[in-house]
Amino acid sequence: MKKGLSILSLFLLVLSIVGKAQENAGLRLPAGFKASLFADNIGSARHITITKSGVVFAKLSNPNKEGNAIIRLEDANHDGVADNITGWGKYGGTGIYVKGNSLYASSNEAIFKYELNSKDEVVNPSNPVTVVSGLINRRQHESKSITFDKGNNVYVNIGAYSNSCQTKDRTPGSQGMMPCPILDSAGGIWKFDGTKENQTYKDGKRYATGLRNVIGLDWNTETNQLFVMQHGRDQLNTLFPNLYNDSLNAELPAETFYAINEGDNAGWPYVYYDPSQHKKIVAPEYGGDGKKEGAKEYKDPAVAFPAHMAPMGVLFYTGTQFPEKYKNGAFITFHGSWNRAPLPQEGFFVAFVPFKNGKATGEWEIFANGFGGNAEGVKVINTGKAKARPVGLAQGPDGSIYVSDDTKGAIFKISYNK
Amino acid sequence: MGNKVERFFKIGCFCIMMISALNVGAQNLINGKKIFETRCLACHQSDGGGVPNMNPPLDGSTNVNGKDIARMVKIIQNGYDERVALDGMYYNNAMIAMPDLKEDAIADVLSYIRNSWSNKAGLVTLAEVKKSISKNKVNKK
Ligand code: HEC
Repeated sequence: MKKGLSILSLFLLVLSIVGKAQENAGLRLPAGFKASLFADNIGSARHITITKSGVVFAKLSNPNKEGNAIIRLEDANHDGVADNITGWGKYGGTGIYVKGNSLYASSNEAIFKYELNSKDEVVNPSNPVTVVSGLINRRQHESKSITFDKGNNVYVNIGAYSNSCQTKDRTPGSQGMMPCPILDSAGGIWKFDGTKENQTYKDGKRYATGLRNVIGLDWNTETNQLFVMQHGRDQLNTLFPNLYNDSLNAELPAETFYAINEGDNAGWPYVYYDPSQHKKIVAPEYGGDGKKEGAKEYKDPAVAFPAHMAPMGVLFYTGTQFPEKYKNGAFITFHGSWNRAPLPQEGFFVAFVPFKNGKATGEWEIFANGFGGNAEGVKVINTGKAKARPVGLAQGPDGSIYVSDDTKGAIFKISYNK
Repeated sequence: MGNKVERFFKIGCFCIMMISALNVGAQNLINGKKIFETRCLACHQSDGGGVPNMNPPLDGSTNVNGKDIARMVKIIQNGYDERVALDGMYYNNAMIAMPDLKEDAIADVLSYIRNSWSNKAGLVTLAEVKKSISKNKVNKK
């Protein structure tokens, strides 16, 4: 009897430990928030989008084991876990966006459009309409993220196929090309008409330039403005070791959040943003010494984040489920760095940027942490060991938010209940 | 008695040879580690685990532990941007060429990556690197 009891209590103890490990799907959240694992192991999930009825679509960077690169996830019994998962599409990519009854998805060169029926099922999985094609893909920074304004215009990032426009990319001491020839067809955001077919560069418009690589972007419907997160340049220490040591490189340059107006220039590759000097600094490839200030004409960021954390997704929160402070503020996913090596890596979390009267306050805070599987206060040293790396963000019809991961392919659902 | 001394002597000699061989290896590995830290670590990371979808892991890689030394010498000298599957995965960063690395530095860094983390493969000698370079030249023609 006594033995039976102790076995029982041991069993209960184990249960409670296991239960604890699974609490909030391993994430650390502000008080009142809960997280659950909406899906797992779906493949390298990049951006996600959600229909009005709550069906989630995820774009994978490469086809998964079943050979599909677009995944449809439905939670038919409303228990917070997807129970009806199907997929199609052979092309890898990042962008996905539901607009009206259309589902847009991007490869690394093109944007395609599918039609949804009344059950939010795709009618034409094998013959989508080609909206835009022929966008530059030279491997580096090749993903094409997409977002829409309130109308039918689609905004797509075309990343620069270079680190800092050196004559010889990523080669120690190589100087920057002047002017940087990449900027005519990449290193910016292009605008196309989402209702037209078979467009190429000549049908679109360069909406903003001087952006090295953007993956996270979203339209702020409150201020009617595009916001983008730039991935700052890499390797200041290995390319210019006489100017930057390992610890300077780990903190430079900032990952920058911009409020974009048509025609803006954020200054890549000529300048980078130094978060401790609060200044745009001339890049060493263009005669900079780490102090010389860059031209005023280049855009200042709305918020500067620590270096190399790799911002992947931006979502303006328009729901009513979360507390008032989150309304019209921005959530941003940080994939987690690798360029801080040999110092420990940073990121692997979802940040929140509060907005007041349509403007970022300049502050930011960590909203959801622990994606890397790292315990509180413990850093991820090597990126390959991170359990999950947050990428996509989307808001469900009930005001919950969803976060995707591209290591194994988890989707987390985060909700608030008072 | 004489036999015993001879045996003792032989074993002693053998031990000294082994230790000095190990020493040569150890020195190569120390040099290799230094080169790895300054030229490779940023991308392949200190645990050789790489960065998912970006830079491949060297730890546990079939190629790194394999027999084709010439291919690895070529990757270091010419860079590598072929987007082929490595152990079933694709990586979208490009490895830059490092033409300034001397032949003995290449031997040391290859020895290091083949004998670090969980990797346990043969050391790479200077002679093997030289042979690889001439083999790669012939293949290029
Ligand atoms: C700029 C980042 C970068 C640096 C620095 C770098 N590599 Fe690489 N390495 C890569 C990438 C990316 C690939 C795969 C390229 C591809 O798939 O086309 C690769 C591939 C390799 C491979 C082939 C792996 C396999 O499984 O076949 C070896 C070996 C290698 N690197 C060794 C090194 C060594 C040794 C150094 C330092 C001397 C180094 N790399 C520096 C990015 C880098």
